[in-house]
Amino acid sequence: MPQEYRLILKHADQTGYTPDIECYLRHGGYEALRKALATTSRELPDGKKQSPQEVIRDEVLKSGLRGRGGAGFSCGLKWSFVDRRSGKPIYLICNADESEPGTFKDRQILHKDPHQLIEGMIISCWANDVKLAYIYVRGEFPQAARIINQALKEARAKGFLGKNILGTGVDLEIHLHRGAGAYICGEETGLIESLEGKRPYPRIKPPYFPAVLGLYMCPTIVNNVETLCAVRHIVSMGAGEYAKLGTVNNTGTRIISLSGDVKRPGYYEVEVGKATLGELIHHENFGQGLRPGRSIRAIIPGGSSSKVLKAGERFKLKRKGADGQMTTVEVDLLDLPYDFDSLQAAGTMSGSGAIIVLDDTRNPVDVLANVSEFYAHESCGQCTPCREGALWMSKALHRLTHGEGRKSDADYLLHIAQNIQGRTICAFGEAAAWPTLSFVKKFKAEFEARGAADEAHPGKPPASH
Amino acid sequence: MSATVTAENKPAPPPVERIKVKVDGREIEVPKTTPDWQGKPQATTMLQACAHAGVDVPHYCYHHKLPVAGNCRMCLVEFGTPVMDPATKKPALNEDGSPKIARSVLPYEPGTPRGAIACATPISPGMELYPGSPATAQMREAVLESLLINHPLDCTICDQAGECKLQEYSVEHGQAASRFVETKVHKPKAVDLGPRIVLDDERCILCTRCIRFTKDIVNDDALGIINRGSYNTIAAAPGRQFDNNYTLNTVDLCPVGALTSKDFRFKMRVWFLKETKSVCPGCATGCNIIIGSRENVIQRLEPRENDAVNGPWMCDSGRLDYKWVGASNRLKEVLVGGKPSTWQTALSEIGSRLVTAAPGSVAIVGSARLSTEELFLLKQLARKFDAITDVVEHLGEADRLLVHAEKAPNYSGARITGLAYTEAGINLPRIRAGIETGSIKSLVVVGEDLVAAGFSSDLLGRLSLLVVSDIVPTPTTSIAHYVLPGCAYAEKRGTFINAKGRVQKFMKAVEPPGTARPEWEFLHELVHQVTGGNGYSTIEGLFNLLARELAPLAGLEWSRLGDTGVTVTL
Ligand SMILES: Cc1cc2nc3c(=O)[nH]c(=O)nc-3n(C[C@H](O)[C@H](O)[C@H](O)COP(=O)(O)O)c2cc1C
Ligand code: SF4
Ligand code: SF4
Ligand code: SF4
Ligand code: FES
Repeated sequence: MPQEYRLILKHADQTGYTPDIECYLRHGGYEALRKALATTSRELPDGKKQSPQEVIRDEVLKSGLRGRGGAGFSCGLKWSFVDRRSGKPIYLICNADESEPGTFKDRQILHKDPHQLIEGMIISCWANDVKLAYIYVRGEFPQAARIINQALKEARAKGFLGKNILGTGVDLEIHLHRGAGAYICGEETGLIESLEGKRPYPRIKPPYFPAVLGLYMCPTIVNNVETLCAVRHIVSMGAGEYAKLGTVNNTGTRIISLSGDVKRPGYYEVEVGKATLGELIHHENFGQGLRPGRSIRAIIPGGSSSKVLKAGERFKLKRKGADGQMTTVEVDLLDLPYDFDSLQAAGTMSGSGAIIVLDDTRNPVDVLANVSEFYAHESCGQCTPCREGALWMSKALHRLTHGEGRKSDADYLLHIAQNIQGRTICAFGEAAAWPTLSFVKKFKAEFEARGAADEAHPGKPPASH
Repeated sequence: MSATVTAENKPAPPPVERIKVKVDGREIEVPKTTPDWQGKPQATTMLQACAHAGVDVPHYCYHHKLPVAGNCRMCLVEFGTPVMDPATKKPALNEDGSPKIARSVLPYEPGTPRGAIACATPISPGMELYPGSPATAQMREAVLESLLINHPLDCTICDQAGECKLQEYSVEHGQAASRFVETKVHKPKAVDLGPRIVLDDERCILCTRCIRFTKDIVNDDALGIINRGSYNTIAAAPGRQFDNNYTLNTVDLCPVGALTSKDFRFKMRVWFLKETKSVCPGCATGCNIIIGSRENVIQRLEPRENDAVNGPWMCDSGRLDYKWVGASNRLKEVLVGGKPSTWQTALSEIGSRLVTAAPGSVAIVGSARLSTEELFLLKQLARKFDAITDVVEHLGEADRLLVHAEKAPNYSGARITGLAYTEAGINLPRIRAGIETGSIKSLVVVGEDLVAAGFSSDLLGRLSLLVVSDIVPTPTTSIAHYVLPGCAYAEKRGTFINAKGRVQKFMKAVEPPGTARPEWEFLHELVHQVTGGNGYSTIEGLFNLLARELAPLAGLEWSRLGDTGVTVTL
């Protein structure tokens, strides 16, 4: 039976669990940090020696942990790219800008269990020789900022932060920085610019890969809140145990934000890939299905920027059988395991882990108009295709939803979106283009009908659906 | 004295490793590194590699002397990289033995070509660049379409017409019709950014060249962007004026007609301008310039790139200081005893009066605004009469970028020719004293107002011979026995030697007024007359002669100076 597996959110919603350090310590808090700091160096079978920090980094790599911020990139690999020979300080930044529409998981941690994040950060910093780290908190999270600041104060007072942590000679300071309210500040290089006090214009890569030229042109690690919390659990349970959670190449747990047309929207922590999209939507432990008489029209599976999946779509997935043989199976949309690889195989992504369900009362044209308005508003405007294209699409969709559409607008929209994806400075270009590309391609008849109706009755407000 | 002469514009870089890439199928070898905007070697970019192959990659935001921004996306180029055989870890080969190349595609859509921005993407060995491919053409066309959707398309009334990269690329790489049917974004027009610059935000393509120049070159944070997305707008910081001494360079940098110079705005279509290579006479830096003139009137000055001197920049005060050349009060005729006369009369009278002067009774004051040739001729006169000589010092403020404290272009020329001894002006008190005691009876002044330099009219009145050449009337010309109308730098040819020893030619852009003549011409006649020595009647010959006589210039010839000059050891 698919059910939640609460690892990171284990205590968060328990009655009586409070965000203060005393409560955290009563629940075994900072034990993982002590364990990490007590790590000893080890010799590998090939005779190479690993320092205690390398041991932890190796554990994180072996755990299979993939970033929970959106791209699902291996955390251990990301850490291995850090330029450790530059002689410059290495910085770590926790990305707490959580702004992808539909996503509300990091805020659970920030509000309810701040010390878990801080502990995960201290371990990650120590493992990467970081002496100064930042938590970049979304501008619209004032309460989270206050809670985290209070928690940082407590951690300092208890000797978990600051000079000579727990008498080990390790130093670390963590500062909280509040954004001013822009989605693009979640993009890691935009975030870095913002942290430097500049306009959050994402940087070009090459040459500005954060692992080499990040904050103040020093090597920098940017990780999502949930990713850093997972590090704490990898250390306390060991990479092997952690990797047993979830599925092959999609290890551990993930907090899924479920919203839209389901009876029980909310956040659910599950073992990655152990529940299908259908289960997450329908099962009584999760979304509990749609309202009476409604059926699914589409699912936005990984935050508003992921490509929409249409009810009835079928996908081919490669599966490794018990005999080790690869077989290809065809599955229905609702039978897609909710993990990184399956959603990628379905031509979309699990992104920030935000599932938005659209039932048959939703018109895809209106949904896209709404999503597109968000991206037009949030484009930073630095590079031409996204700056001009995002607003262009939004204006066209506004027209199409306000009685002035054309049948040809469907192709017009595809043309605009195609000229954005892959041509921009940052992945916001894809984020802006993918909803249009997927909605229009998969619901072309609806888009053309809307435009044709307007052409038949020019100037009339849209017919209700 | 030894003379080190570098004929190159830039010192030859140390040899760098070369790598092979293909540009549209043609294999070329390019240096692995290329100097970046600050001159530091960096991995050669796709754009630079294409340039080696003679292929221009269109670009807006990239400028070779500014940090790379990569924002316009105009330079997107499709490319391919050699495929590595995972087993052998060596380049995989096609059946015909050629290296297997993987064309770049979108990682999430393997059927769609992917471009990389040529301005920022380093090349790697074996890479293939396809600036001429259909995919590249489509990417350019799409960027242009995007840039034009909110553009006012008012070329007919735009000052940039003829120099506009948007216009130019649209013709070359654009498409006939736009699909855009929405309402355009409206932004501020005719924004007064500062005392010299007007901005049309609707024409701006947000390439940030102006911001980067102002911030990274001038160190001024006056410019920035406000708002977001399509509404992005270039603006001066609240309460700030865009008013450093380099603002007009942003007009040159702006690839479209968004930034305009109040001085040149709406004056005329640029294609009517005659362009002449010259050197700014504003200070001892000697920025290389282009004089834009029409019908014998200077309309504007623009910097001309020279890495050994000014890079591609010049200061605003130098750029705007040209109106005096065509001023209505210019001296237009020779005056003898205050009455109009002829060159022939004046020069032969001056010659014969100088020849009869007692040795040591002649003094000559020249100007660091004169060309090296003119200073050299004055020095020859001085030698003949054992005259005491000097030039007048004009000092002002220097800055950290270009502006030099010496406010004339040729102090080095004055020193090399010996007209000034060391610091300019140290002989002036002696000349003054000489006039006072009566030991100096004849004074030749070229290009300076000695009254302004502290010689009183009364004192100058004691001279039995006062010959003054200038281009405008001054208190000194008003009491001179002979007034010889000279030329502005833009009305003649010659060389200036800047503070760092750069010997640079300047060319003639406009005709002098009336019967005014280049100083070198009449000085040459005068020298010829009093010394009897054979001279050169051309500026080339004169320069070659002085280069033979002046040790620091040994080995130089006019023809070797090129457009950007040669640096000598002072
Ligand atoms: C437009 C855009 C917005 C993003 N917003 C966020 C965000 O709000 N939070 C986040 O953790 N990552 C966000 N990301 C992803 C980050 O760039 C970065 O990949 C991530 O923080 C890395 O952390 P991880 O490896 O732990 O996932 C965003 C990326 C893009 C392109
Ligand atoms: S893709 Fe969009 S958000 Fe990203 S840098 Fe370009 S304009 Fe800004
Ligand atoms: S004003 Fe000109 S130089 Fe400045 S950003 Fe706009 S187009 Fe570029
Ligand atoms: S720095 Fe000097 S030489 Fe250069 S433009 Fe200004 S005044 Fe002219
Ligand atoms: S020239 Fe603008 S992105 Fe390369």
